[in-house]
Amino acid sequence: MKDLITKLSKAFELKDVVYQRSDMTFATANKENLISLITHMRDNEGFSHFVMLTCTDWIEDNVFQLTYILNNPTDKHDLAVRCMIDREEATMTSAHHLWKHIATYQRELKEMYGIEFPGSPRLNENFILEGWDDIPPMRRDFDTKQFSADTFFPRERPETNDPTEYMKKQLHPKDWTEQKAK
Amino acid sequence: MSEEKNINKFENPDYAKREVTGPDGEVFIVDPIKDYFSDERPQVYLPNSIPVVEKFLNWARAESLWVLGFGTGCGSIEIPPLMTPRFDAFRFGVQSRPTPRQSNVFIISGYLAVKTLKRVIRSYEQMPNPKYVLALGSCTINGGMYFDSYNTINRLDQYMPVDVYVAGCMPRPEALLAGFNKLKELIKDGKGEKANEYAENFDWYKANQKKIIKDWNMPDYNW
Repeated sequence: MKDLITKLSKAFELKDVVYQRSDMTFATANKENLISLITHMRDNEGFSHFVMLTCTDWIEDNVFQLTYILNNPTDKHDLAVRCMIDREEATMTSAHHLWKHIATYQRELKEMYGIEFPGSPRLNENFILEGWDDIPPMRRDFDTKQFSADTFFPRERPETNDPTEYMKKQLHPKDWTEQKAK
Repeated sequence: MSEEKNINKFENPDYAKREVTGPDGEVFIVDPIKDYFSDERPQVYLPNSIPVVEKFLNWARAESLWVLGFGTGCGSIEIPPLMTPRFDAFRFGVQSRPTPRQSNVFIISGYLAVKTLKRVIRSYEQMPNPKYVLALGSCTINGGMYFDSYNTINRLDQYMPVDVYVAGCMPRPEALLAGFNKLKELIKDGKGEKANEYAENFDWYKANQKKIIKDWNMPDYNW
């Protein structure tokens, strides 16, 4: 795999290559090179299976990290290609023409992170959330606890007892009342 | 940016009002929302005026609990062992049915997403009276481990009346059987009238439901 990465890193400007396991490699590609890279991997290098597409929100760096994981069934090797896209203008080239099921991942990312994939089929249909009108819930600036408290009628939590105090009260009620009186 | 319009179920062409020509040339108007659903409000069930008869009816109701086979969350995995020989809920007169029209007990098994809640409400309203709700797990009581989730409701009793809570995460089938026995006691005492509560506080329940179900595309009461 190292030979292949060295060969590709010049043509596709791969950075931050991590040989995570003997059968898994991570690399970062540019937004412009990514689609041509995975097309090349699929057509010429035997990475015929697309495992998944996922997103990580690096709110501190103001980027979304898209991770495309490809699998080579012959060599039993995984290649995860990372791609950093701008968080404010989250738009990425759609890859649904390479593998059909990428469209579903892109639909999910559109709903959960608000990332646009122009041209992807059924992108704006409801996926899991129905009638969502807030900011996409998986973005880290979305305060899910506050949202839940505002929306879902939270029940008041019962009073919790300090175990030490509670056991003192249970085992030595007389001492406990005296202590409280002081 | 994509120019595709946001496809909403409200604009589903299947639900649009339209004119249909019958095989003999007769033209009639089809309005699916009105024709396929009844928009009548739920009725309060009045107990029989003779106490003995009502007591007998309650006994009969308690002995035939037919569960709707609708697993809403992780607790639905407890239902198959409940029905199999090891726990054998059938000896308590509990059995499951595939459709709400044939069942009168709704087990809310664990957490409820907003999307599921919409289906649950529809199923609940389609169940014939008298009907009972058994809520499993801490998720239905206070949200459980999903108390801060953006998509999981915290308290079920704000959206539909609950007869018996079975606490636990998840409660085992034994706990469920205890819940069924508790439900039987309630019904025999004549306290299993939560469907009446739903009918009486219908507007309050609907307001709560509509607060979180944003794409409300069904009639208020459908059965």
